[in-house]
Amino acid sequence: MSALLSEELLANIGRTSEPRRELVTRRDIRKYAVATGNRQRKYLDGDQAPPMFHVPLFWDVVELDQLTPDGVSIDTLLPKFPLEKAMAGGLRIEYHRPIFPGDWLTATRTLTAIYEKQGRSGPLIFYEVVMDIVNDDGELVIREKTTRILR
Amino acid sequence: MSGAAGQSATREVKVGERLPERAYTPDNVQLMLYNAALWNAHRIHFDEPYAREVEGYPGLVIAGPLLGDWLNQCVEEWLKDDGVLTSIEYSNRIATYIGETLVSGGTVSAFDPSTGEVVLDVFIRNEAGDIVAPGVATARLTVS
Repeated sequence: MSALLSEELLANIGRTSEPRRELVTRRDIRKYAVATGNRQRKYLDGDQAPPMFHVPLFWDVVELDQLTPDGVSIDTLLPKFPLEKAMAGGLRIEYHRPIFPGDWLTATRTLTAIYEKQGRSGPLIFYEVVMDIVNDDGELVIREKTTRILR
Repeated sequence: MSGAAGQSATREVKVGERLPERAYTPDNVQLMLYNAALWNAHRIHFDEPYAREVEGYPGLVIAGPLLGDWLNQCVEEWLKDDGVLTSIEYSNRIATYIGETLVSGGTVSAFDPSTGEVVLDVFIRNEAGDIVAPGVATARLTVS
């Protein structure tokens, strides 16, 4: 039995978000490619989406009153954790298929793990969220795993 | 398909080969455009008094995934049209701020000529020489 993680909290593992379906447009690709300083013509012209284009495509769009005063949207997939100070996290992205303007993509996020480790200056909580992105034929396009650490 | 008998990667790659480095000095304009493209309204990226006085940062914080994007660019610019990026993992270890110059780079750590599979250690480094965002990427070179 973990010191920090109650059975109730751990019961959130496996929780899944509502699927979100979004359209890839040339204009959005171009904006992202320009803003990231990309130098490849096919991305700057919006002929194909660069790696990590799924980050802007699936960033949460919420109404103004749902943003906190510091401008952050609350991630409703996550339970309330007993530790709240976020530390460095990591990302792992698998690229399975290229993305082109006109593609409709659907993302589903799942809270896949919550665990505790002893850090140098106290306990740490780790959690993992996997986002699977599929096309309209149901083929996997991108799988992204985010790991976050709380202290 | 990759890995068929007798096939090999069309490009020669050596373990230890270094990827070209690239320096980035993002300014307020680029950071604003990046967060606008994401629809990220976190104040630490555009409200400097808030970032300094409320959050205690020394300046505007460069968004973590922007550094992650540069790691992807580093691999893709090295790959050219000789293959595809298949995966990347990275973490943001040290915060970075507007005004800093950051350098992306990497090294080939493994290569299988029969399948074209390449493993690359990649990094973003700050001016002090600290690795602020280390990562590992995999790519698949074209085989024939």
